[in-house]
Amino acid sequence: MLEKALTGSRGYWTLLAALFALVVVGLVTYLQQFAQGLGLTGLSRDVPWGLYISQFTFLVGVAASAVMVVLPYYVHHYKAFGKLAILGEFLAIPACFMCVLFIFVDMGQPRRVINIILHPTPHSVMFWDMIVLNGYLLLNVVISRATFRAERAGRPPPGWVKPIIYLSVPWAVSIHTVTAFLYCGLAARPFWLTAILAPRFLASAFASGPSLLILLALLVRRVTKFDAGKEAIAKLGEIVAYGMSVNIFFVGLEIFTAFYSGRPEEIEHFTYLYAGLHGHHVLAPWMWASLALSALALVLLLVPSLRRNESVLVVACLAVVGALWIDKGLGMVVTGFVPSPLGHVTEYWPTGREMLIALGIYALGGLVLTVLYKIATTVREELEA
Amino acid sequence: MKRRSFLKIAGLGLVGACGVPVAQAMARAGSTAPAPNASNGKRWAMVIDEKKCLTKSGCQACVLACHKGHNVPTMSESRHDVKWIWKEQFVNVFPERVTPYTPAAMKERPTLVVCNHCDNPPCVRVCPTQATWKRPDGLVAMDEHRCIGCRYCVTACPYGARSFNWEDPRPHIVGELTDYPTRTKGVVEKCTFCAERLAVGKRPLCVEACEGIGCGALVFGDLGDPNSAVSALVRGSELGRRKPELGTSPHVFYIL
Repeated sequence: MLEKALTGSRGYWTLLAALFALVVVGLVTYLQQFAQGLGLTGLSRDVPWGLYISQFTFLVGVAASAVMVVLPYYVHHYKAFGKLAILGEFLAIPACFMCVLFIFVDMGQPRRVINIILHPTPHSVMFWDMIVLNGYLLLNVVISRATFRAERAGRPPPGWVKPIIYLSVPWAVSIHTVTAFLYCGLAARPFWLTAILAPRFLASAFASGPSLLILLALLVRRVTKFDAGKEAIAKLGEIVAYGMSVNIFFVGLEIFTAFYSGRPEEIEHFTYLYAGLHGHHVLAPWMWASLALSALALVLLLVPSLRRNESVLVVACLAVVGALWIDKGLGMVVTGFVPSPLGHVTEYWPTGREMLIALGIYALGGLVLTVLYKIATTVREELEA
Repeated sequence: MKRRSFLKIAGLGLVGACGVPVAQAMARAGSTAPAPNASNGKRWAMVIDEKKCLTKSGCQACVLACHKGHNVPTMSESRHDVKWIWKEQFVNVFPERVTPYTPAAMKERPTLVVCNHCDNPPCVRVCPTQATWKRPDGLVAMDEHRCIGCRYCVTACPYGARSFNWEDPRPHIVGELTDYPTRTKGVVEKCTFCAERLAVGKRPLCVEACEGIGCGALVFGDLGDPNSAVSALVRGSELGRRKPELGTSPHVFYIL
């Protein structure tokens, strides 16, 4: 099947070359970090996790969101998602892969990561996160391979893959739940210490992941003959509308609990996030942009006539991805550290080199995604010809 | 002889050849019995007498002794600081003991902080490699050789007691001592209650330094021994502990 990725248009090769160049830049920068240590990032004593761990958290959501097409298609036999399912599964694979890479580049001693397996520690949530993430990656590789081969041969998927598909549904929920547990199980960090963190992560994942999938499906339709179908896109738009509404509701619950209860230790974090603390407010403009994008997305998604217009849907999806990336990929992790348990307000902003490494990982994910989508669309085009 | 069986025998031979030195090394490793003069505590603990400590304004004796004795680096950028024991403003250590009417001088008074060697340490719970663990004698120990540098423990500690080596610490060590190991970049370290000194019957460096200047604000000992000085202090005075509401049960006590 891989041979389908070896022939392509000029545009395809240009895209691959551009992504590859970014991967090389990221890799070279990572080698600097490997030599010098994590000191070349913007991280500090007070803010020990930043851009890398935030991207990991955001991308776990993207990976988990594949379940939003897998569940209707395989469990409820919702036929309209027939073509979208493969795009969803093929998005989950690079998303998981990027998650693992973002964890890896965050390690102070990357040569020793195998210690997690050599000394398995069930009382550490990070141990479980490693298991569910790698498991989910494996599940998606196995499922997409089996179903895609069957489809290519014009057969229904083999019987043995059905239970694996069913298993992948709760597994998708588990990856984001366990990732939330990484944070919400820490008494030291009141900002994360909330039982709603896992549901909130899932809601934002089920908004941002399908939004990304809509954007990708529409892009694929533009550049290839692969059409996921108008009905499928519209249905996915509806899912985004629900996901986004529930997410905003959950954020509201958090803000109510913090401010109405009046507990200073929770209020301080939210204040830092949206207004700044002691003159430090690097995240505040971003968070207000996120709120504005959320409001815009909500209006565009909730009015059916607007949502069903694909051009409007594109704007709504861009707004959702932007809003939730800022929320999860920028604000959520860092704010847990500001103020610190000793009351220090230390700000964090990624350094240029840190951003290049992150960009390199995104480019590598994009490269895998492009190759997988190339295979999927070429095979489809051949089947339809 | 078939190729298959030859490979089998050759493989076994190779394992044997490698196995002998490994077994010898393991036999040597097995002979690390505790030193005859080791201090064997049931539950090590520390009491910090704030009142005594405050009588020596600007004193850094314990901090310097600890950091010197443990090859703790002096980083050029404060955001990369490594600290085992240091002074914080009182308001940051015991925020619940400050009122809106507390005078600034009291709020800002320097208060000593170290790893609390908790009974229920969150850092140990979250570590994915057991590079940090709870010893039966109460110490929260740290193996910098196993640490993968994920900083989950730094995130989980409610006391800010853990430091990560953001860069190679060795060029930043002033007057490196050869009798204590240095660390590498990318690992976490913290106060160990001087496990290496307890193992040979000595008391922690900070405690000795504090006594050395005639202050005696730091008292260290075994709570399992009813006759120890710490046992007498925890029974006889009203003591503070940092963030007891988190359920960590710190074993550094404060006379405030």
